Amino acid sequence: MTEEIIIAGFGGQGVLSMGKILAYSGIMQEQEVSWMPSYGPEMRGGTANVTVILSDERISSPIINKFDTAIILNQQSMDKFENSVKPGGMLIYDGNGISRHPERKDINIYRVDAAEEAAKMESARTFNMIVLGGYLKIKPLVKLENVIKGLAESLPERHHSLIPVNEKAILRGMDIIRPVKEL
Amino acid sequence: MKELKLMKGNEAIAEAAIRAGADAYFGYPITPQSEILEYLMLERPYERTGMIVLQAESEVAAINMVYGGAGCGRKVITSSSSPGISLKQEGLSYMAGAELPCLVVNVVRGGPGLGTIQPSQSDYFQAVKGGGHGDYRLIVLAPQSVQEMADFVGLGFDLAFKYRNPAMILTDGALGQMMEKVWLDEQKPRLKDFPSWATTGKSADRERNIITSLDLDPLKQEKHNFNIQAKYKKMKEDEVRFEMIECDDAEYIFVAYGTSARICQKSVQLARERGIKAGLLRPITLFPFPEKPLKELGRQVKGMLAVEMSTGQMVEDVMLAVNGRVGVEHFGRMGGVIPSPDEIVVALENMIKKISKS
Repeated sequence: MTEEIIIAGFGGQGVLSMGKILAYSGIMQEQEVSWMPSYGPEMRGGTANVTVILSDERISSPIINKFDTAIILNQQSMDKFENSVKPGGMLIYDGNGISRHPERKDINIYRVDAAEEAAKMESARTFNMIVLGGYLKIKPLVKLENVIKGLAESLPERHHSLIPVNEKAILRGMDIIRPVKEL
Repeated sequence: MKELKLMKGNEAIAEAAIRAGADAYFGYPITPQSEILEYLMLERPYERTGMIVLQAESEVAAINMVYGGAGCGRKVITSSSSPGISLKQEGLSYMAGAELPCLVVNVVRGGPGLGTIQPSQSDYFQAVKGGGHGDYRLIVLAPQSVQEMADFVGLGFDLAFKYRNPAMILTDGALGQMMEKVWLDEQKPRLKDFPSWATTGKSADRERNIITSLDLDPLKQEKHNFNIQAKYKKMKEDEVRFEMIECDDAEYIFVAYGTSARICQKSVQLARERGIKAGLLRPITLFPFPEKPLKELGRQVKGMLAVEMSTGQMVEDVMLAVNGRVGVEHFGRMGGVIPSPDEIVVALENMIKKISKS
């Protein structure tokens, strides 16, 4: 099994840390992982993206241009990455701030309105965990217990009190994700 | 017991330097390698092992601190990115002339000039052909993963001390910034005994050690050059490292190192899915260069494609190695653009078309 994912959105949405938690979760279940961020001018322009690969085998290229899954959190990223999903692959997006919805006919499309949901939760910063929950509902590649372990590894100890809130957000994401188009 | 971590390549280099028992790091920040200095400052190795970490006032100052530390027989490391490495060349030439070991990390960014902060492989010539003035070479290691970023720190120090010559880890912004699993070695103690050539204070029972790159007597200087060249010859015999992937039945091979080699592994898969018998030769040491395996593959394959994030530098060494026996072409992107696995396969297909026409 190899899953090649791109997560793309604005800087500050927690795109990179969501990828990091996913990578840590993969390690917790003894998978090979790679985490390749955009850095530099791309980031300074306000958009951020990260390519995460989880695999049972040695990972060849950490840099890829076609993805099994694209998680898209703003319009710029929709414009940039909608066409990078492999045929039969999956696109997950947050409808908030999206003016042009995905148009591909050959991929599975899901919507998770995480920004709206995060505003209702006790911390709006759980936005990325809601998205992650939605993704894991559709593709349960990593077990929830390993995500929690991954969270504990990637968060500094002073923030470990936030783990239950994050777990709640993941479960919430699992509830609210809905299909837009399934093949 | 080895320890498993998820780390950026830059962080892995920094942690590996502490664990390799380095005595000091001297450096000056520059993207995309600043995490090395940042990690060391945060980690406070002076409290763990006694290793010194110092942010110098410039790259030129940093390399001269390395020169001084190495002269005392200490294990010293510095790191920078392309423009900063250019500033260090004078010091590296002096150290090669004075036969001193050190480890230099170049996390390459696109050039020339200040260029860009995105990854590139355009410092190949500078790294493997000397870089500074005079007839000298660096030992050059090209990691392709975060694991190798860590592993080559210890290896680089070992080779530098074995040959009394500066060694370089030549990597790029992509490997520096990406995170992968890495198994870290156990902490090695720092050296207590110093090499016989080190200037550590002359005792009554020995001649004084002199560290210099200057000798105004031409015949002595020529002899010194012969001695240095003999070391490079020995390196070519004993230290060549490379990896071959799917080369056994290959009709065409990619030659690529570092980030490009990782991407080419995907291109090999894609090409084979399209029915092309492709393989990859990955030089791990760029100096000494794997001339012999390339020469042998030159008898087997119909063509070689050197893939580099540059306008074509390593390709010249591939051509020298095969010496006209087989066609060699280059494919590359520049200025911080990373080629995709697909476009490399297209370049290979174009090369095959050209070869089958001729």
